[in-house]
Amino acid sequence: MRSTWVTPGGVHPPENKHQSLTMPIGSLPIPEKLLVPLSQHIGAPAKACVKVGAKVLKGQKIAEATGAVSVPMHAPTSGTVTAIEDRPIAHSSGMSAPCIEITSDGKDTWIDHKGVADFEHASPQALTKTIADAGIAGMGGAGFPSAIKLSPGHRRPINTLIINATECEPYITADDSAIRERAAEIITGIGILSHILGNPVNILIGIEDNKPEAIAALEPHVADTGISVVSFPTKYPSGGEKQLIYILTGKELPSGQLPADAGMVCINIGTTYAIKRAVVNGEPLISRVTTMTGNACGINRNYETLIGTPVSHMLAHSEFNEHACSRLVMGGPMMGFSLTSAEVPIVKTTNCILAPSYSEIPDDEPAQACIRCGMCAEACPASLLPQQLFWYSQAEDHDRLEAHNLFDCIECGACSYVCPSNIPLVQYYRHSKGEILKAREEKVKSDHARERFEFHQQRMEQAEKDKEAKRAARREAAEKAKATVAANAGTAKEGTGPAPGSAADIIAAAQARAAAKQVSPEEQQAKFERSIAGAEMRVQMATDKLVETNAKQTEDQKNILNAALEGAKQKLEQAQARLAEHVKKHSEQVK
Amino acid sequence: MIESIAQQPILAALIAMVGLGVLFGALLGYAAEKFKVEGDPIVEQIDELLPQTQCGQCGFPGCKPYAESIASGDAINKCPPGGQSTINAIANLLDVPAPELDAEHGEEADLRTVAYIREDECIGCTKCIQACPVDAILGAAKLMHTVIAGECTGCDLCVEPCPVDCIDMLPLTEGLKQWHWPAPQNQLDIIASDRSGHEAPSNEGRAA
Repeated sequence: MRSTWVTPGGVHPPENKHQSLTMPIGSLPIPEKLLVPLSQHIGAPAKACVKVGAKVLKGQKIAEATGAVSVPMHAPTSGTVTAIEDRPIAHSSGMSAPCIEITSDGKDTWIDHKGVADFEHASPQALTKTIADAGIAGMGGAGFPSAIKLSPGHRRPINTLIINATECEPYITADDSAIRERAAEIITGIGILSHILGNPVNILIGIEDNKPEAIAALEPHVADTGISVVSFPTKYPSGGEKQLIYILTGKELPSGQLPADAGMVCINIGTTYAIKRAVVNGEPLISRVTTMTGNACGINRNYETLIGTPVSHMLAHSEFNEHACSRLVMGGPMMGFSLTSAEVPIVKTTNCILAPSYSEIPDDEPAQACIRCGMCAEACPASLLPQQLFWYSQAEDHDRLEAHNLFDCIECGACSYVCPSNIPLVQYYRHSKGEILKAREEKVKSDHARERFEFHQQRMEQAEKDKEAKRAARREAAEKAKATVAANAGTAKEGTGPAPGSAADIIAAAQARAAAKQVSPEEQQAKFERSIAGAEMRVQMATDKLVETNAKQTEDQKNILNAALEGAKQKLEQAQARLAEHVKKHSEQVK
Repeated sequence: MIESIAQQPILAALIAMVGLGVLFGALLGYAAEKFKVEGDPIVEQIDELLPQTQCGQCGFPGCKPYAESIASGDAINKCPPGGQSTINAIANLLDVPAPELDAEHGEEADLRTVAYIREDECIGCTKCIQACPVDAILGAAKLMHTVIAGECTGCDLCVEPCPVDCIDMLPLTEGLKQWHWPAPQNQLDIIASDRSGHEAPSNEGRAA
C-alpha cells in the first residue's frame, strides 16, 4: 500500500452517488437531431468541414482542428447535416455558439474505421496523432486537448503518469460506473499512454475510498502491469489536478506550473477509455458516459450518451418531472453551472446532468454579512484566504487580489459551501478573475494604441519637418539667384557691359529698353491729342463760317467753305486714327 | 596624533565635521548625477492608466497631453472612454478623492465601439485617414478605405470629417470569448420567504 498525503482544507458534502449506481450503464435511443458545438474544449474552436445538406456517416470528421490547441469533431451518428449556425450551448453565460446540427437517419452506419491492436509496435508520434485525430479532449471537465499533454517537448522527462479516477464531486458516478464495467479497456488505454510517454516509472491510478467496487474491478487487471491503484480517504476536492498530485506524490506544484514541469502527466480515467477506443478500435470520441441524476428524475443512472444529444432528450427518457426540478445543472452541485435551456447538447466534458428537486438543492439563501469566522480559510484546498479575496473582490482591488494569488483558486466551491452567511464567494472570485483578465487584455490593447499614436505623431512631425526643409531650400535658391543678378548689375555699371549669353543680362537689357520707351509714348499721346484738339477747333470754325455764309453768300463761296470743312474733318480723322493706333500699341507694350 | 587631538579638541572636531561634510556632499552629488530621473515619471504613470483612445474628448490632442495636464494640476475626470474606473485609478495614484465623470466631456459608453466604413459608399477622399490618430484606416486617394478593426480605438474622430457619412461606429458585440462571470447581485429580497421557490423573481445571474 502506497502512502498518501493529506491536502489542506476540503469539505465533506453528502455524496449522493448511490442513486445512479443501481443500474449498469444504459444507452439512449438515437435522438432525431444532434447538435455538435464547434468549441467543446480549451483552445481554438474547430472549423466545420462539411456543408449543409451533406450526408455523413457515424464517426466521420465534420469539423477540423484549427491551430495547435484544438480538436476536431466527428459525426455522432449517420444522417444529414441540416444546419451550421449559432445555437445555445452548455455554457454558464447561456450564450450561443456555432454548432453543426445533424438529423439522424436512424441507421447509425459507421464510417470505415480500423485501429491498431498491437500499439506497442506503433511509434508514440503516430499514436499521439491518432489521439489528436480522434478529437479527444480531457473528459474530466476542463476539456484540454489530450494529445498536447502527450506530445514530446516536455522540459523534463515524464516519470509519473497519474490517472485521475477520484470523481470527488457529489452525485457524479460516470467514471465509477465506467471503471466497474470497462476496467480491462481502461487498463489498455493506460498501457497506450504509458507507451506514448516512454513507460514512466510510476503509473498511479488515484481513486477515493468511496468506490470499493471500482477498486475491486481494477485490481485483477493491474496485476503485473506496474500500475498501482492508490485509494485515499474521500474528501472534496481531491480530484483537482494539483490536489491529486499532492495526495499521491507529496509534491506541491508551484503556482503557475504545469504537471509536466514536474515530470508528471495527469489524465482523467474516462479519457483513457476514449483513448483505447480511438487507438485499438479506431473510433473517434463521439460518445461518453454521462450521469443522469437528481430527485426530479424517476430514473437515475449512467448513460453512454452520444455527443450532441440534447439534454431534453436525456430528460425525456429519465422520467423527468419538470415541476419538481429546482434547476438543471450541468456538472456536479459544487462546480457545475445552471442551464438556461434544456435544449443545449451534451459535450465532451459533460460528466453529469443534475436535475435536483427543491428539497435537494434549494434556491440560494440570501447572502448575509461576512462574520469573519474563518471557516472558508480552513476549507480552502489551495490554502488561500477566501475572506481576504472576498473583500478585495468587492473593492475591485486587482493588485491585492493578485497578490493574494486569486489565480490559484480552483473554484471548487468549498468556501461557499461552508460559509455560514451564504456568501457566493466563488462567484466573486470568478467575476474578479474575468475582470482582471479583461483589464490585462485592455492594457495590452491600450499600450499598442499608445505606440501607434506616438508613431503617428512622429510621422506627422517628420512630414512637417520635411516640408519646412523643402521650403527653406527653395527660399535659399531664390535668394542666391537674386544675389547673382545684383552682382552682375554691379559689374555692368563698372563699364564692362553685359556679358553676352547671360540670361540675367538679357533680362536687364530688355528692362532698360522698356524703361526708355516708357517716356516717349506718353509724350506722343499728348502730341496726338493736341493735334486732334487743333483739328477739332478748325472743323468747328469752318462749320460756323459755313452756317453764317449759308444765308447771304454766293454758291462759289459756299463751295470753298465746304471744301475747307471737308479738309479739316479729314485731318481730324487722321489725327484720331493715329492716336487710336498709338494707344493700342502702348497698351500692348504695357501688357 | 592622539595627543594633538587631545590638545586641540575643537580644531580636531572641526576638521572631522568638515571632512565628513565634504565626503557626504561628494557622495550625494555623485548619486544625483548617476541616478538622475529622466523626465517626469508621474506623467508616464498617468498615461499608463489612461485608455489610449486618443479621442480628444478631454480637450487635449491625445492621452499623453492630458496626462501632462493632470500632472500639472488639471481635473482627473475628463476622460469618458476610461470612465469611473480610470478616474478611480488616477485618484488612487495621485492620492486625491475620486470625482464623478465630468458630463461636459461626454458620457461613459457601455459598449466599446469600432469604426466601420460602408465601402460601397466611400469615395476615397482620405479625410478619415488624416483624422485617425492611430493610423487604423487603410486606403489611398480615390480608392476605397477600410478600418483595421483590431487597431481601431473607437475614438470617433473619423466620423465627422467624412463628406459622405459612410462611417458607422458599431458596438463591439460581446461573444463567448469576452464573456466573464457577472458580479453577484445584491439581493434586496433578503428575507427568504419573499422569494417563492417555484417562480423565484430576479434570479438570473445566480448560478449554481
